[in-house]
Amino acid sequence: MKNIFKITIKNTLPIFFGYLFVGIAFGLLLDNAGYSWIWAIFISGIVYSGSLQFVLVSFLINPVSVFSVLITSIAVNSRYMFCGISFINRFKSMGKKKWYMIFALTDETYSLLYSLKNDKDLYENDHLLFLISFFNQIYWIAGSFIGAFIGDIIPFNAQGIEFAMTALFIIILLEQILSTKNMLPAIIGFISSIIAVFLFNIDNFILPALFISSIVLLAIKQFKLKGNTQ
Amino acid sequence: MDSVYAMSIVLIAGIATFLIRWLPFILFGKQKKELPKSIAYLGNILPQAVMAILIIYSLRLVEFETVSGFLPELISVAVVIIVHILKRNNLLSIGLGTAVYMILIQLVFIR
Repeated sequence: MKNIFKITIKNTLPIFFGYLFVGIAFGLLLDNAGYSWIWAIFISGIVYSGSLQFVLVSFLINPVSVFSVLITSIAVNSRYMFCGISFINRFKSMGKKKWYMIFALTDETYSLLYSLKNDKDLYENDHLLFLISFFNQIYWIAGSFIGAFIGDIIPFNAQGIEFAMTALFIIILLEQILSTKNMLPAIIGFISSIIAVFLFNIDNFILPALFISSIVLLAIKQFKLKGNTQ
Repeated sequence: MDSVYAMSIVLIAGIATFLIRWLPFILFGKQKKELPKSIAYLGNILPQAVMAILIIYSLRLVEFETVSGFLPELISVAVVIIVHILKRNNLLSIGLGTAVYMILIQLVFIR
């Protein structure tokens, strides 16, 4: 497939903008904390998790115990326990690539891969899925590097460009609703979020919101099954 | 700066993140076993709820005390939805929505 790179770039373009500029923001912060671009590449290569990397910068400035770092990492990223569920069968058949696919399953890559499900030709192409995941990480590493290396002298005011990722989530949700003609899971997600924001706080609501959504969705399924058998 | 400390916390964060992403595959990925029905169902339907949660998360800095605290997001989200329903073109919806948002927070409702 000659144009596999073309398809990859076309599909990952929104993530390119988002990752590049959020990556630059990370690199800048890291550089200001006294860690050079080598560290930026190293951290974005090994950790590859936006929100956790920003927290790590604050740990580099104000060191905490290694155990606290472990607990924080689990707390910040626990939502990924739910992401993999959608790809258990899909990644199984990918051989060695499976390990990279799991490693690189960020929110954005997860969303993008899931959005391909409706297009069988694309979704069943192992190389394409791998390239999408890989390119996304390259954008992230490139942004981190640029931010740490020359972030201070970028003349372009990119404030607000991270909205590209919000927009990506919105259109993926819209496409799902338009294709399934079912808004209920999305509504459950929104209501769960609002409940979780009030019960916990705005920085830690994702995991409780995921739990509430899962329980409600499973309960609805049980309820429907019962309704059918009676 | 303590490079040993920095190196250790980066490795711990990396390993922890990978293990979390790997967990569902460890629990349900056994070659011979069929995926439990409820897990398969969640894997199929949960992403829509996850997307809704991620939208709220990515808008978490919105505040309702001043008009400039939420209006740029409200307008830009509306632009994305309307343009997308009209044109169904991913890049156009994302590009236009992001451009509107950047103009609004840089020039109109300055933050």
